[in-house]
Amino acid sequence: MEPVISFTDVTKHFGITHALDHTTLSIRKGEFVSLVGPSGCGKSTVLRLGSGLIRPSSGQITRSSDSIGYIFQEPTLMPWRTVEQNVRFLGELEGMNREENSRRTSEVLSLVGLEEFRDFYPLALSGGMKMRTSIARSMLLDPELFLFDEPFGALDQISRARLNAELTGLFADRRFAALFVTHSVDEAVFLASRLLVMSKRPGRIVAEFEIPYSFPRNPSIRYEPEFAVLAGKVAATLAEAS
Amino acid sequence: MSDRTITNSADTEESTGKARSILQVAVPPTLVFLLILLIWYAITYFVLEPDRRFLLPPPHGIVQEGILTLETLAEIGGGLYRTTTVSLLGLAIAFALGFSMALVMSQAKWIERSLYPWAVVCQTVPILALVPLLGFWFGFGLMSRIIVCVIIALFPIVINSLTGLQSVEPKLHDLLTLHKANRWTRALRLQIPAARPLIFTGLRTSAGLSVIGAIVGDFFFGRGQPGLGILLDRYSRRLKSEELLAAVIAACLLGVVVFWIFGVIGRRAVGHWDPSWADERD
Repeated sequence: MEPVISFTDVTKHFGITHALDHTTLSIRKGEFVSLVGPSGCGKSTVLRLGSGLIRPSSGQITRSSDSIGYIFQEPTLMPWRTVEQNVRFLGELEGMNREENSRRTSEVLSLVGLEEFRDFYPLALSGGMKMRTSIARSMLLDPELFLFDEPFGALDQISRARLNAELTGLFADRRFAALFVTHSVDEAVFLASRLLVMSKRPGRIVAEFEIPYSFPRNPSIRYEPEFAVLAGKVAATLAEAS
Repeated sequence: MSDRTITNSADTEESTGKARSILQVAVPPTLVFLLILLIWYAITYFVLEPDRRFLLPPPHGIVQEGILTLETLAEIGGGLYRTTTVSLLGLAIAFALGFSMALVMSQAKWIERSLYPWAVVCQTVPILALVPLLGFWFGFGLMSRIIVCVIIALFPIVINSLTGLQSVEPKLHDLLTLHKANRWTRALRLQIPAARPLIFTGLRTSAGLSVIGAIVGDFFFGRGQPGLGILLDRYSRRLKSEELLAAVIAACLLGVVVFWIFGVIGRRAVGHWDPSWADERD
C-alpha cells in the first residue's frame, strides 16, 4: 500500500538554526504514529513540513492527498462562531453544499460528543470541550491524514486521559493515517501503533517501537506490566537522545 | 409541580438581583449629582456677592432661562441638532476612511509603514492651526466642520481597526493557508470578524471625539448656521451665563449619549463572545 505521507532525507534550516536533520519516515493508512522528543527538537517542524505550511531545505516530501486534518496545540477556534459554526467553517471554505455540510457537522459533533453544545460559544466551553470542537472541525472533510501538534498538553490529567481513549476509538472506527507529536511518553505509547523517538536539535529519528495493542484502547492498559516495560524503554531511549 | 416552584423562586431571585444591581448602578452617581447641586447652590448663594452672582447662576435659573424660555430652548435645540448632524456625518466618514485605511494597511507591511505616520500626524496636528486654512479652502459651512471632525476622529478608528485585523491567532491563519484561502477570504472570514471588538472600541472613542470636533469647528469658524460652538461663544460674549451653562450641559449630554449609544451597539454586536465587551455595563 502507498504511504499517505513520506519524508525522504528531509533537512530543514531556519536561518542558522538547524531544525531537522536527514529525516526519513512514512506513514500508511491505518497507522497511528507518535513522535516523541525533547522540547525544541523540531517535532512541530515535522508537522509543518508534512502539511506543506513550510518547505524543506533539502529532501523530499510526498503526500497522497491534499486533504489534511491539522490539530494545533491550542484549540484555535474562532471565538465569534458557535461550536457548530466553527465545525462547519472548513466546509464553507471548500464550497461544500449547505445540507451536506450540516449533515457532516452533526455527524462529527456526535462522534466527539458535542451535540448538546453545538450552540455554545467557545467562551463558555472547558479546555477539553474546545479541543473536542477542534478535533470535530478537522474531521469534517474526512481527511486521510491527521497531524496532531501536542493537542492535549494544556489539559488536566483526567480530560487528557479521556480524550486519549476517545481518540483511539475514532481511529479504530476510521483507520486514517495519523502523526501525533507529544512529549508525554505515556500518551505516545497509549495512542500509537508505531512510535518514533527524536533526538535533540538538530532533530533526527533515533529509534522506532511497534506498539502491539489493538484499537480502540482501554485506559486500563496503562496499568498493565507490558505497557510499563514498553514505556520504560521509550523513556530510556528518549533520555539518551536528549 | 416542585419543578415549577424551583423555577419560580429562581426567577424571583434573578429579578431581585437585577433590581439590586440597578440600584447599585444608579444610586451612587445620583448621590454625587445631588452633592454637586448642593455645592453649586452653596457657591452661588454663600460665596458669591449678589453683584457677582452672574458668574455662577443657580441651577433653577438655568432651567428657567435655558429650558423653560422657548426662544433659548429653540436656539439651543437647533444648535444641538446641527452639531449632532455634523459629528455623526464626520464620524461616518472617519469610519469609512479609517477602516479602509486599516484594511489596506493590514494587507502588507510596506503599506502599513507608508500610511502609519500620516495617521499619527492626524492625531498630533493642532486642529486649531488648521481651522483658518480649512475655512479658506472649503468655506465656513458644513463641509469644513465635517472635515474637522474627520481629522479628529480618524486616528482611534485606524489604530483600533488595524490592531484588531492583526490580532488573529497565527494558527488560524495557518488553517486558512492549509485550505488555500485567498486574501479576500482571509479578510472577510477571519480578519474582519476577529477585529470587530476593537473596531467598536475605536468607534466609541471616535464618537466622543467627533462631538468635540463638531463643537470646536463651529466655535472657531464662527459663521454660518449656529451649532453649539457658536452659541457657546455668543452667550459668553454677552455674559448670558444661564444660557451659556444650558448650552454647556447640552454639549455634555450629547457627548455622554453618543458614547453610551456606541457602547450599547458594541455590546449587542459582540458582547456574546468577546469577554471585554461582555463585562461592560450600561
